[in-house]
Amino acid sequence: MQSVIRIILQRLALGLLTLFVVSIVIFVAVNSLPGDFAQALLGQGATPEAVAAIRTSLGLDQPMVTRYLGWLAGALHGDLGSSFAQANFTTFTGTTSGAKTVAQQIAPRFANTMFLAGVTAAIAVPIAVTLGLLAALYRNSVFDRAVNILTLSSISSPEFFVAYILILFLAVLNPILPSLSNIYEGMAFSDRLDKTLLPALTLTLVVTAHMMRMTRAAIINLLASPYIEMARLKGVSPLRVIVRHALPNALAPIINVVALNLAYLITGVVVVEVVFVYPGIGQLFVDSVKIRDIPVVQACCLIFASAYILLNLTADILSILSNPRLRHPK
Amino acid sequence: MSVWLWIILTLIVIGAVGWAFRAVGRAIRPGPFFRDMPFGVAYGYALAVALLLGGVWLWTLPNAIFFRWAVEGFFGFSIAAYLFRLLGRSVGTAWTRKMFRAMPLTAAFGLMVILIYAVLAIFAGVIAPHGQSEIFPLANVVPGGDPAMGGNPDFPLGTDQIGRDILSRLIYGAQNTVGIAFATTLIAFFLGGSLGFLAATLGGWLDQLLSRMVDVLMAIPSLIFALLLMTIASVWAGGEKGLLTLYMVLIIAVIDSTRVFRLARAVGQNIVVMDYIEAAKLRGEGLGYLVFREILPNATAPLLAEFGLRFCFVFLTIASLSFLGVGIQPPLADWGTMVRDLAQFINFAAFAPMVASAPLLAAGSIALLTVAVNFVVDWMLHRSSGLKE
Repeated sequence: MQSVIRIILQRLALGLLTLFVVSIVIFVAVNSLPGDFAQALLGQGATPEAVAAIRTSLGLDQPMVTRYLGWLAGALHGDLGSSFAQANFTTFTGTTSGAKTVAQQIAPRFANTMFLAGVTAAIAVPIAVTLGLLAALYRNSVFDRAVNILTLSSISSPEFFVAYILILFLAVLNPILPSLSNIYEGMAFSDRLDKTLLPALTLTLVVTAHMMRMTRAAIINLLASPYIEMARLKGVSPLRVIVRHALPNALAPIINVVALNLAYLITGVVVVEVVFVYPGIGQLFVDSVKIRDIPVVQACCLIFASAYILLNLTADILSILSNPRLRHPK
Repeated sequence: MSVWLWIILTLIVIGAVGWAFRAVGRAIRPGPFFRDMPFGVAYGYALAVALLLGGVWLWTLPNAIFFRWAVEGFFGFSIAAYLFRLLGRSVGTAWTRKMFRAMPLTAAFGLMVILIYAVLAIFAGVIAPHGQSEIFPLANVVPGGDPAMGGNPDFPLGTDQIGRDILSRLIYGAQNTVGIAFATTLIAFFLGGSLGFLAATLGGWLDQLLSRMVDVLMAIPSLIFALLLMTIASVWAGGEKGLLTLYMVLIIAVIDSTRVFRLARAVGQNIVVMDYIEAAKLRGEGLGYLVFREILPNATAPLLAEFGLRFCFVFLTIASLSFLGVGIQPPLADWGTMVRDLAQFINFAAFAPMVASAPLLAAGSIALLTVAVNFVVDWMLHRSSGLKE
């Protein structure tokens, strides 16, 4: 037990260290821009006094290390600064009442994205594990080959191709689901689910293929082990071999596969949210990239990276926990 | 609710058919095939037959045009791949004939598609009927080339919103999108491969430094990191579109070279401990000789497979970036941008299927190439791993 806690603490520390370095990379990358925020904010024809005033008010005249520490401290407190677009908005209207900070902009969208990812995971994980199991059981059969070709095709297709095909068949030709997900606050759950279903299905198709192939590989690996052969030789039925002997040992690789693929979801979410105009964090990210709203880009990037690191860390820890051999390295 | 009821009822009926199929088989043909068949397999056969029947039924429906196109495309490509394999088996040197004999149909399909794309990309200027950024006064010409329906025989696939020929842009897209992705992958391989082999041969602090740097870069999801860097690049490039495209190539090459580095280092480390490396070192060979004459020839098989996969990833990343509007810039024709520009035509699918097919053709061109490359890589990996499962 002692060693388990020590290993988990080690991994956590390593994850935190990675996150710290990643935040430095993001900050340095963004701050290597020529000119500065103040110039970008005010545009051409800004008087030097105005630029200087903005620089002091945003703290841009401080040295880079001070600014980084300030940004990091703010981010840890949930304060991610204020976005350029919103600052422009306040300078034009002259009020600060309608302006939102980056954190206020991101919070509801983050919840939406988590909802989308949750729905996707709820559909994809059972399907992928079942299909992977079946493909491993009947490997090299017609079924296995058909599934192999289908998954390979769906992995290789860009997300937007899958999305538009689904829109074509499920929204335009047969109007079953809405093709635009306009989600707002205070929506009924069933309504929200209905609007989320098409983007979730798109992500499901892409993620399921990955997950299924990895599950299949893990189970085939396992079915070659001597104790499975033993069980078969003593006359245990195929289903019982899988459920009693293979599955408990396959749980570790399968959990690992699921966590890794949820991490993969993070990248997939960006394109899919843009296609369906889903008000999530990915869409905000792309919009901010287009208008060069650096504070928002920086914050979104940090959130995506931490989610990615966290999920990979979870996969790592879970696989160590479920496999005693990893716990006691020789 | 009635939909669910129908689905459950259908599944139960299929189950009954499967059970009956097995029972009849046992009565007619004694022997291990039907006797040892589990119910799951019988169910699978029944399900397959039901799916086939459903497909045939859909095929006969008058308004399932897109389904018919998909099926026709599937069978068309299958037959073409079969003929291509036949051709490969009878023409060429003994080595290629032998290769084609052992080739599964999927790999033949992949090779054929890659060849077609290569020809299109190289001779785009000759094949395309119009220029890629040539703007005609006829905007939004309906595809099909039938004047009665609002088409124009000069533009078989119609024109887009500002009057550019869609067919020509699709063909030039092969040159731009595939060409840029190919160049990017080459740079990524040169960078990641040489650094990875260097880290494996030299070891020590250089290996540690490079590996930790790669670890950090790989901790950021690649598309997110690419988008972040593209924001910065777009400020640097100012209004120059060509420069921005160049920056994109470099950014994606650097991000993807981290993955190549990992593989090259791992493969290199396995080779470095071999006796012949020891012998070469004792002979007093230099670092360049070690990397390029000893390690590289022994690492080609895994690197070649990785090249195919990496090309797919790079290609998809570039297509996604272009689709999001920050990738390859106009006036260059590019499939990702075309999908974004033409996407709203999908909404006309119900009454004008030809119009709706334009964005799907662009997106489908991307998917077709990546599927093809993946099939070939799958086959190569299977072949190099021998008879392993």
